[in-house]
Amino acid sequence: MKRLLSLAASLAAVLTNPALAREVTDFTLDNGMQVVVIEDHRAPVVVNMVWYRVGAADEASGKSGIAHFFEHLMFKATDELESGELSRIVEANGGSDNAFTSQDYTAYFQRVAADRLELMMQMEADRMRDLTLTEEEVATERNVILEERATRTDSDPGALFREQMNAAAYLNHPYGVPIIGWRHEIEQLDYADALSFYRTYYAPNNAIAVIAGDVDPEEVRALAEKYYGVLEPSPDLPERARPQEPPQLAERRLSFSDPRVGRPYLVRRYQAPERDPGDQETAAALVYLAEILGGEGATSVLGRALQFENPKAVFTSAGYRGTSLDDASFSLVAAPVDGISLEEMEAAMDAVIAGFFETGIDPEQFSRLKMQLRASEIYEQDNVQTLADEYGRSLTSGLTLEDVAAWPDVLQAVTEEEVMEAARMVFDRRRSVTGFVRPENGEMTQ
Amino acid sequence: MNRLTLTLSTLLLALFAALPARAEVKIQEVTSPGGLTAWLVEEPSLPFLSLEIRFRGGASLDLPGKRGATNLMAALIEEGAGELDARSFAEARDGLAASYRFDVYDDALSVSARFLTENRDAAVALLRSALTAPRFDQAAIDRVRGQVLSNLQSRATDPMEILGEAADRLAFGDHPYGSYQGGTVESVTALTRDDVIAAFKGAVARDRIYLGAVGDITAEELGLLLDELFAGLPETGAPIPAPVPYGLPKGGVTVIPFDTPQSIARFAHTGITRDDPDFFAAYVLNEILGGGGFNSRLMDEVREKRGLTYGISTYLVAKDLSEYVTGQVSSQNATMGEVVDVVRAEWRKIATEGITAEELSAAQTYLTGAYPLRFDGNGPIARILVGMQMDDLGIDYIATRNDKIRAITLEDINRVAARIYDPDALHFVIVGQPEGVE
Repeated sequence: MKRLLSLAASLAAVLTNPALAREVTDFTLDNGMQVVVIEDHRAPVVVNMVWYRVGAADEASGKSGIAHFFEHLMFKATDELESGELSRIVEANGGSDNAFTSQDYTAYFQRVAADRLELMMQMEADRMRDLTLTEEEVATERNVILEERATRTDSDPGALFREQMNAAAYLNHPYGVPIIGWRHEIEQLDYADALSFYRTYYAPNNAIAVIAGDVDPEEVRALAEKYYGVLEPSPDLPERARPQEPPQLAERRLSFSDPRVGRPYLVRRYQAPERDPGDQETAAALVYLAEILGGEGATSVLGRALQFENPKAVFTSAGYRGTSLDDASFSLVAAPVDGISLEEMEAAMDAVIAGFFETGIDPEQFSRLKMQLRASEIYEQDNVQTLADEYGRSLTSGLTLEDVAAWPDVLQAVTEEEVMEAARMVFDRRRSVTGFVRPENGEMTQ
Repeated sequence: MNRLTLTLSTLLLALFAALPARAEVKIQEVTSPGGLTAWLVEEPSLPFLSLEIRFRGGASLDLPGKRGATNLMAALIEEGAGELDARSFAEARDGLAASYRFDVYDDALSVSARFLTENRDAAVALLRSALTAPRFDQAAIDRVRGQVLSNLQSRATDPMEILGEAADRLAFGDHPYGSYQGGTVESVTALTRDDVIAAFKGAVARDRIYLGAVGDITAEELGLLLDELFAGLPETGAPIPAPVPYGLPKGGVTVIPFDTPQSIARFAHTGITRDDPDFFAAYVLNEILGGGGFNSRLMDEVREKRGLTYGISTYLVAKDLSEYVTGQVSSQNATMGEVVDVVRAEWRKIATEGITAEELSAAQTYLTGAYPLRFDGNGPIARILVGMQMDDLGIDYIATRNDKIRAITLEDINRVAARIYDPDALHFVIVGQPEGVE
């Protein structure tokens, strides 16, 4: 043990040398489109991404799901390409493509040999402004979306519960509405909704290109000016001012049961601050708090107390994701062993948290976490897509390139006292939702 | 507007004329002083090493009545070793910022390790203790068994898992392939510490080891590292079971009633082995019929044209002991009957009419162009190196693989389509309340 610990300490010194500075270049076109280039010349491959600053939380009330629905429609015909042709061309060039939608962003990407970048950028530019939707395409794709909802949400009791939990976590903010949309609202989405969404949000002044891999920033700049630079910006781009949360004054509790639930568990979710531009310290402290309370089972506070010392849980964890435009959340999960009820599980979990406020942080655990976060900076360099994702997510969540660059140092500067302070701020039951998940009474319907 | 069309087609022409990007992966075969062989790609630009270790056998080594023993054993390897109990082991590992991941597959136990150059010696010593002196403390066994049982109970009400288990049981019966590798509540409850130790001795041995390393290390350093890591590893493990024919009923549908709005179906019949001369043609055919992208025949017919599903895929499965062609799709209960009909029709079409020259050419371009994209990071490359050795592909495989894809002719691939795809043999297993299936 001694030998390993001293090794870890000497390594910390080595790693503070910024020998691994990322090669990141950025510029903004005249029409407002931001471009970020991340160089990685180890393999002749590029990841070409376009991120739009629009997600599910930007949807109009009653139109839930349109942001994600529209993501699917972006693969339909343009004035230059047939429906589905973009993906066929990507495949014909040996690439793969896909897209994803969150509360805060919608992103499209291709992975392809680096010498095909121009074609990818040309096609992304084409569909940013020149999609030619038809009523029939919208109707067929709506069925695909309903099937997607059936597969990913309605067939999964865990997903259904998360949806209910999420809805209860927000009194006013649209984060409470599911990204895929409520079924009854998806069913009503039509051609006019799609077109109006497209016209409003899909424009260069609402887009960020992130291009990562074996590319030269000056060549990328020339291509970006050629293809994206000529696009008209959207004149009536709305400000991203979503309805905000009022003070949350009452704890909420949910009880969910479903015959497809195999084992009971509980989730507690607290409102928590997100990373804000120039103000990432509290979020950084919460990253540590999640790891300290519920990271590795054998060493975390919850795991040690509830799985090792006095085994009442088969599983515990804590989670926090701070990259978000508006409020984030901090969650705790515990699944009891046979013979322990969810009420007992909750009481035991709260007792451990209360004990944590008494005893504070184990300094050795804290320095191990610092070490791991430092090392993850090295490991992350190995996957250029992970880096591209990090930049895209951060920039569409209101952060700047300076914030992204500062984040590793902000993480390293966190003190134990700051973590405890963040914990005292977050653990306020009035700003929490607790959900119990149980198998339905009686036999499985199978 | 026309300008763009022109530019697009000009670009496409130019691109097709150019050679696709080559995967430049320089593999060295390293033999350690102690006689272990590994494949290495030196990548000094980042100060860490990814080491992939695979032991052939995996969950197939479970003895009758001991289903789940290998899975439980693998979950326990990191739960204490040598002088360290589970918590001390985790603290030592985290303090080094190292990670060791243990995974059990049907045919292999894999260990994926990642550690910084600065920490190499200590990280290797810690991994060595896990691989040669795991403690298997009774307290750890009971705790991890509880997690496995909890997982098994959750699977029992998950339609996707019910489907997989039912299809495997129908196809392979009592062979290990015929049941979930994690075991059953009964089998796992009955496992003893001796069973766990026996599973470890059966699975982790020198006679079945495959090694790949990618990262910041020289060949000489790697040789010494491997001898250090595996010193004391037993010479031989348990015998690997005999091959098993694919036994799903020919034709027809098996419905497993389940209360859910959407049915899930798996469909399959027998396939071909990895070393079959027709394997590459079959691989290309699968890509065209139901491969990963959005542009397969089945994706086009079932999702794009009819909106009946979110996704449909097919797979060419070549395990060590059996081989089959399979696919999976979900759809609303009311439309599953139509989906089954469309899949059968497409199966018949590819078997009787084959594919077109355009489809072959598009698939060849895609597969050869996509190949270099797989080599994206130390860990993925290390896994590919080990997979190549286990499939006996030869160290020059990466350089020659695309030529083999390009060499496939239309005549040949359509002969293989008729050989492999058999619409009358295709059997569907469906979980849900599907309507309109016979």
